[in-house]
Amino acid sequence: MLDYDFMRHAFLAAGIVAVLAGFVGYFLVLRGQAFAGHALSHVGFAGATGAVLLGVSPLAGMLGVTVLGGVLMGALGERLAERDIAIGVILTMSLGLGLLFLHFFTSYATAATALLFGDVLGVDLPTIYALLGLAALSLGILGVIARPLLFASLNPELAEAKGVSLRGLGLVFLGLVGLTTAACAQIVGVLLVFALMVGPAATAQRLSMRVLPGLGLAAGIALAEAWAGIALSYYTDWPASFWISALSGVVYLLSVVFRAR
Amino acid sequence: MISLQNVTITRGGQDVLRDISLAFRDSEFVGVLGPNGAGKTTLFRAILGLQPLSAGRIEVFGAPARRGNQDIGYMPQTRSTLPPSNICGFDVLANAARGHEFGLPLSGRRLREEVMAALEDVDGVELAARPLARLSGGQRQRLLLATALLGAPKLLLLDEPLISLDPAAQAAMIALIARLRRTRNLTVLFAAHDINPLLGSMDRVLYLSAGHAALGTVDEVITSEGLSKLYGSKIEVLRAGGRIFVLSDRPDAHNMCDHA
Repeated sequence: MLDYDFMRHAFLAAGIVAVLAGFVGYFLVLRGQAFAGHALSHVGFAGATGAVLLGVSPLAGMLGVTVLGGVLMGALGERLAERDIAIGVILTMSLGLGLLFLHFFTSYATAATALLFGDVLGVDLPTIYALLGLAALSLGILGVIARPLLFASLNPELAEAKGVSLRGLGLVFLGLVGLTTAACAQIVGVLLVFALMVGPAATAQRLSMRVLPGLGLAAGIALAEAWAGIALSYYTDWPASFWISALSGVVYLLSVVFRAR
Repeated sequence: MISLQNVTITRGGQDVLRDISLAFRDSEFVGVLGPNGAGKTTLFRAILGLQPLSAGRIEVFGAPARRGNQDIGYMPQTRSTLPPSNICGFDVLANAARGHEFGLPLSGRRLREEVMAALEDVDGVELAARPLARLSGGQRQRLLLATALLGAPKLLLLDEPLISLDPAAQAAMIALIARLRRTRNLTVLFAAHDINPLLGSMDRVLYLSAGHAALGTVDEVITSEGLSKLYGSKIEVLRAGGRIFVLSDRPDAHNMCDHA
């Protein structure tokens, strides 16, 4: 299976993205912002389709709007009392907008499927380099803000009193989530970003009470699920995104059952 | 010493505190009482430098109140803090200990010792290995208290640490804080709803109501005359069996002192 270039590319790209998604997802789940991450991927869909319409690369378009969207969400912060509703409205509007953009370039029907559900077997070398750069940048930023971000997530009032800027951190973090979302969407598509960002992190938090082992576990589970999904797709000829999302869901459910006993 | 000079704080067009001047002495245990919305939390946030003043100034150990003062330990109200996460008590404290510094959440030997010392001080060593989501109300409070002790603060601001505790747990919490004040030589501001559990432990009481404040011993402040003046309506204070009962026709006043 590794004789083929496209398979090697698929494993490489999925590996990079899975590790990034595991780490960032851990904080996302801890902060209870999973839904915001989900919405950002839909915003990214509008960005990607809009970019194609303008003749720009879909990854660039998606990145631009997801990072911007994340920063805006972070800037609005806790003041949004009906947060779920506001996020849901943004999510729906973005998907609708994406549909409208798609409508204008009807010849690219496969492009739509690839955006929505991912096309890991179609990843080329330049995209891998782009993903590698994105992951390095994101993990670098995360490494710098990790400690105050954990503090702010677990003890927000105390963190604020000790001089941590909750608003600033929230903004930088959701910008990071935007970056990660765009990277994930390259592998599993905007609709299944949860599979890499939320499933493994939520599983890891069920299995470990410690922060550092939990972070490692989240990245490890995401990596294992992504690679296993691609391998299963190779042997069954079913879509890799299906396998990755199925594994993500099943492993999480198993962790719930296992820990509940 | 912590001092307020002519402090006025306005929120939503209303004066929460109006032209208040008072000072807390070093190593003093002060009970902060008053009806809901009287400004107990707002006063704490102002001392922490998180609440802008409309007028006046606040000094904390000789310097103006400012955000990020590591001399202050703060215990926020539990209902608004600590997510129902699976993370264990040790990691919560370890991340709080140097949480204001950038970097990776690594814990060296010194940090581990500081965390365990704080947990020992609140009789909560067993909380280190317990996940947040499985802590009882009293355990959460003790974990938050241990978190407030990190970094060896000189002043403790405790916002309603007795909330949702039964009388026995309330007494244990107050005894614990009185002990910490002695061993760590702390100044303690203790916000509470009911004055009675604090009667034997506090040096002075700060009473807040409708923008006004009265600071003094219990005998000086909690009198029919004093509280009537503070509230601007007739209040009667009764003492019986070593307890204090505050009677008023106003339900909000009634609420705070004869709670237990």
